[in-house]
Amino acid sequence: MDSAPTTRPASPRRPKYYDLSLANLPPPGLVSIFHRVSGVLLFFPVLPALLYALQAALGSEEGYAQCRDFFGHPLVKIPLLGVIWLYAHHFFAGIRYLLLDVHIGIMKEPSRRSAYAVLVLGLVATALIGWRLW
Amino acid sequence: MKAYTKNPVGAHYGLGDWLLQRLTAVVMAVYTVVALVTIAWCAPATYADWRVMFAGTFFRPFTMLFLIALLYHAWVGMRDILMDYIHPTGIRLALQSAVAVVLLLYLIWSASILWSR
Repeated sequence: MDSAPTTRPASPRRPKYYDLSLANLPPPGLVSIFHRVSGVLLFFPVLPALLYALQAALGSEEGYAQCRDFFGHPLVKIPLLGVIWLYAHHFFAGIRYLLLDVHIGIMKEPSRRSAYAVLVLGLVATALIGWRLW
Repeated sequence: MKAYTKNPVGAHYGLGDWLLQRLTAVVMAVYTVVALVTIAWCAPATYADWRVMFAGTFFRPFTMLFLIALLYHAWVGMRDILMDYIHPTGIRLALQSAVAVVLLLYLIWSASILWSR
């Protein structure tokens, strides 16, 4: 048996451990996990809630008025901002994935920059729509 | 003795679903922009305005198309997530079935909301 050690560079040290906790994820990782979480939450409970609201708002004059009052309430507007962010983040992260699929910005640095852009755009869009709603 | 070889043949729905998830995403992205512009343009302030917006020959079918795209997109996404995290086959199949049933109910509900007059 030949057990002569092969020479390796002194670094990097192995095994290498990655800190995968949420607070230490790089931006592309954050975009990815938020994309998943927002997708699940949009499937349930956001979509049925919005369908219910649409049904009420289109169904009758009283339903429309109730809907207006409900969404006009400050305690509803704040969680509504959260819902808008879920959609906005999913939207921008999705566009980033479509671009990555056609090999636009797949290298490490561009993909990191686009991930930052997605995180910022999600918040900016939420702020803009929130501002229009108020 | 025959060496183990990995059989690379799957159920063949993967690529089609992957592609349809992208296609439905594009439909929804376009609708999102169109809907925001429509709402900004019509600025529905009363029940009548709101009804008129959805009564149009363009916005109502496009909304239905958006919802159909959304439901297919959600099916692929939810299935992927369940395959990633829920490993016991029985529980995963039960949850996937529940998702499928819920999505079909959303579909029927959406159609009835948009076309019940």
